[in-house]
Amino acid sequence: MRDKRSLILHLAVLAALLAALPLLSAYHVTNVAKIMVLAVYAMGYNIAFGYTGLLSLGHAMFFAAGLYAAGMGISLFGLSAVGALVLGPVAGGLAATLVGLLALRTAGVAFMIVTLMFAQAGYLTILYFVRYTRGDEGIVIARATRAIGSVDLSADTPRYLLAFGIFALALLLNLALVRSPFGRIMVAMRENEARSRMLGYNPYTVKLTALAVSGVYAGAAGAAYAVLFGYVGASLASVQYSILPLLYVLLGGAGTVLGPFLGALLMFYLIDYASSATSAYLFIVGAALILLVLFAPKGILGTLRERHARWLP
Amino acid sequence: MMLTLQSIEAGYGAVQVLRGLTFEVRPGEVLCLMGRNGAGKTTALRAIMGQVPVTAGSVVLDGTPVNTLPAHEVPKQGIGYVPQGRRLFGELTVAENIEIGLMTRGRDARVRERVLSIFPRLRERLDQMSRTLSGGEQQMLAIARALCLEPKVLLLDEPTEGLQPSMIALIRDTVVALKATGVTTVLVEQRVDAALSVADRIAFVTGGRVAETVPTAGLTTTSPQFATYVGV
Repeated sequence: MRDKRSLILHLAVLAALLAALPLLSAYHVTNVAKIMVLAVYAMGYNIAFGYTGLLSLGHAMFFAAGLYAAGMGISLFGLSAVGALVLGPVAGGLAATLVGLLALRTAGVAFMIVTLMFAQAGYLTILYFVRYTRGDEGIVIARATRAIGSVDLSADTPRYLLAFGIFALALLLNLALVRSPFGRIMVAMRENEARSRMLGYNPYTVKLTALAVSGVYAGAAGAAYAVLFGYVGASLASVQYSILPLLYVLLGGAGTVLGPFLGALLMFYLIDYASSATSAYLFIVGAALILLVLFAPKGILGTLRERHARWLP
Repeated sequence: MMLTLQSIEAGYGAVQVLRGLTFEVRPGEVLCLMGRNGAGKTTALRAIMGQVPVTAGSVVLDGTPVNTLPAHEVPKQGIGYVPQGRRLFGELTVAENIEIGLMTRGRDARVRERVLSIFPRLRERLDQMSRTLSGGEQQMLAIARALCLEPKVLLLDEPTEGLQPSMIALIRDTVVALKATGVTTVLVEQRVDAALSVADRIAFVTGGRVAETVPTAGLTTTSPQFATYVGV
């Protein structure tokens, strides 16, 4: 019953996103497509942070791994858009596994610092190899290469539909993951590592697997960003892009499947509207986050689950 | 299964708690560890589980040293542990807590049924968040989760602490029932009557070592060992 109800809710959200396409203006079609891609990234972050308790400040590296694998794959090696979309999650997962092998030997604040350092090293590497990455300026992917067959992915509707497809797949896989036995073990690990260990679980293996899956999501989002929006730049690998998914997850609700999407949606439009109203828009964003911490510390859906909808996954 | 602790030394950082602790538990036996606070009873259980580093001595289960294994491998050798204070996964339901216990042993539905038949009240609460259970129900769940591993040796740290009399009786009956199925039990207990009613022998712990091990048949609630080592 509980599973059925949550599946219906998630399918309803997907149906609403699809139904919204003809109703939205071109401006909002682009925005919502971008939000869906960023939500995939945040979903990946949520697997590590919300479900497994790994507070990483290095996810920009995994996002950038997918972004650059796709972008450089297309622009330097003539990879197809489909090939780039496949390569992205592989690159993200691989980067997360390599970082995890070392970073997971630490915990808590040390883990945050180590992941931040890895991400900064990745960022500086992008700037250093400017000949290939074009550094801060970035790579603009030619429109002609951003296509699947005759479908131009830079056009509003195909871009929205592909972003939707990737988002829908990521969301349903995320739902299946948290409902799976491994999903329960991730939560057990977040709740208490020592307790999990005394039931026979190896925390290192569980956390490494969760981080790798998280990296696959981040890499998939990075590749989708490159293919759908045609830009690959160092700014997308900066520390700000490690903090953004954290904010999305905190706002929407850590440890909830829909929380990252809701957080990305609200934060994106909050920044969008606030920045059009004032140059001090970060002040408004900061005030919103303070209100969130004061009145809904578990995020919107986390609070809703705690008070009214215990079945929410 | 025979569990033997030989000359164990262990502690927390610079603080040494166990100083040559030695005891053995025979197959199917209930051994109770009693002593004052800080004597090393809980540390002894944690040393068996690999949760505190053993700096000297050995923990041997049926001839196999377990203190050299990583902590997560110890339960797989057949040792179940119910720590003091229950320590459930509060954000998971009763069913999910049990499932977590089952998964290391391959999610055997038969084991799940057997565990729920021991604690039928848990069956009525399967979808309830475990942190919302009463103290007695939480203790049942903590024991049930440990039993999912089908342990040959069960370590129980003060399972009756803070429970009402009916729950204490239920926990005691459970330990007796498990003993009848051949489960070897190490029980840490502060209540003299509870210890006398379920244990075969009592090991009195003081200063990180076992001072005396006595069959319960030779003890009453007024035996001097309780005043000397437990302070009651």
